[in-house]
Amino acid sequence: MSRPKDLCLLPAHATARLVREGTVKARDVVDSTLERIAAVDSKVGAYLKVDADGARAAADAVDRKRASGKPLGPLAGAAVAVKDNMCTRGLETTAASRILEGWVPPYDCTVVRRIREADGIVVGKTNLDEFAMGSSTENSAFKKTRNPWDLSRVPGGSSGGSAAAVAAGECSVALGSDTGGSIRQPAALTGTVGLKPTYGRVSRFGLIAFGSSLDQIGPIARDVEDAALLLRTVAGHDPADGTSVERDVPDYVAALKQGAKGLRLGIPKEYFPPDLNAEVASAVKGAIARLVEAGATAVEVDLPTSPYSIACYYIVATSEASSNLARYDGVKYGARSAEAKDLYSMYALTRRDGFGPEVRRRIMLGTYALSAGYYDAYYKKGLEVRSLLRREFDAAFEKCDAILSPTSPFPAFKIGEKVDDPLSMYLSDIFTVAVNLAGLPGVSVPCGLSMERLPIGLQVLAPPFGEETMLRVARAHEKLAGTAPEAPGI
Amino acid sequence: MDRKDVEGIASLARLELSEEEIERIRLELGDILHYVSKLKELDTGGVEPMPYPIDIGNAFRAGRVAPALTRAEALAGAPKTEGLFFRVPRVIEPGAEHGSNPR
Repeated sequence: MSRPKDLCLLPAHATARLVREGTVKARDVVDSTLERIAAVDSKVGAYLKVDADGARAAADAVDRKRASGKPLGPLAGAAVAVKDNMCTRGLETTAASRILEGWVPPYDCTVVRRIREADGIVVGKTNLDEFAMGSSTENSAFKKTRNPWDLSRVPGGSSGGSAAAVAAGECSVALGSDTGGSIRQPAALTGTVGLKPTYGRVSRFGLIAFGSSLDQIGPIARDVEDAALLLRTVAGHDPADGTSVERDVPDYVAALKQGAKGLRLGIPKEYFPPDLNAEVASAVKGAIARLVEAGATAVEVDLPTSPYSIACYYIVATSEASSNLARYDGVKYGARSAEAKDLYSMYALTRRDGFGPEVRRRIMLGTYALSAGYYDAYYKKGLEVRSLLRREFDAAFEKCDAILSPTSPFPAFKIGEKVDDPLSMYLSDIFTVAVNLAGLPGVSVPCGLSMERLPIGLQVLAPPFGEETMLRVARAHEKLAGTAPEAPGI
Repeated sequence: MDRKDVEGIASLARLELSEEEIERIRLELGDILHYVSKLKELDTGGVEPMPYPIDIGNAFRAGRVAPALTRAEALAGAPKTEGLFFRVPRVIEPGAEHGSNPR
């Protein structure tokens, strides 16, 4: 039987069906994906490490499992790319930082274990902004990742490698992590679907921590069904993560059939400021009109504290980061400065050599916000504003079932354009950070192209654990607007 | 924020910064702190701080003996080891009453 040529371009749900029914082998999917990576990744730069041998061996094991008559899991043979801040046993994991270069984890993070148990194949580790700190993937210590829609532009970040890999057909589906928009914003900029689950929905065990009260792992996919499928696979309580919630995992894939008819969609005016990029505003308003035509109703909601969310986020996230990154001390893993003479210089020189400029900047800001004399004015104030943001979302969700907004205030920007202006880079996340502060789920779906043919994303938000409603809206929109076309840049 | 502030924070964070970087970070942090100071415009009187978005208490479990990482696995990623241990520079100076901390 000859192998269909473009298996790597199929969504994971279609791939898994073909593998389960025996039409194609898991090995064919992996070979097709590895060929695609070999053909395009020198241009895109999505991967930090491709595990060709491990992927082939895992695929052969899935094929043997089927040959022996055992039923295969829901991701059977699907090629999964994993952001390089998630631990993979025996496979180098760096968080795109020099300080972890060469580190090989002795265990799998929970989400990767669940993917393997569902017969998915991990093909490699994708690039990111160092320790997931950034909105363009330019803060990686190792390489640039380019947007498959236009190679002179960023793929967004920090999960830019995962989003670019999905958009370029270098995997079936991918995992990202989202602390302030790091799944949704790159999804918007690459024409993919990116979903950040409710805080506590997915285990963080084995995710290299950035902001522990904000971080969530979630899917990046070429269609909404794949996002639902991957979420269903990785979600659920994990005894190894005390912040993962004991709550049944609904069948997110089955929920997609219900459509958006009768749903009340909240439109917050604060997310459509007068100076919003006109093409983004028009694409998102077009998406709202489509959903209303399909039987949903639009209602105005107020989120008046939204303009303060970036300020709040950069206090809370950097405070948590400065504490989390204290563990990189040159003792238990990673590099140690060769110049270290005593205990203090071992710490200070190792951290000087190991951390890039953005990570150092955030550690400094967080340390300042937590330091004696400033704690109340910054950190405590940030946590109070966080309460306000959550209250406003709770009140808004009394009036609606889901909230719609742009994901990113602009389409993909040029490589180098914002790299020297940290504050302007931070403002890329203006529509995404409040969701992390409030602990809500959010998804970005493609909703059109700019004049320069760059993807624009629609963000759909729901109350805590409202992923089913959110996915219904996302799927209803996708039925009307379609998935994004194949990325033209490669 | 002046140079001394930046040096003090860098020392707390165990980060060695070059002269040039101290000045750059001083300017950048100044800009960012100016931006985030807009939080002061908001009245948060009587608002409880929210450290986590969900209600969580301590997650206790029974203290049972169970398989964990082997010693070899735990040491495998360390930059310097000796026998069964992580190797670090001298922490306590001979004859000193307290741990040494030059800053």
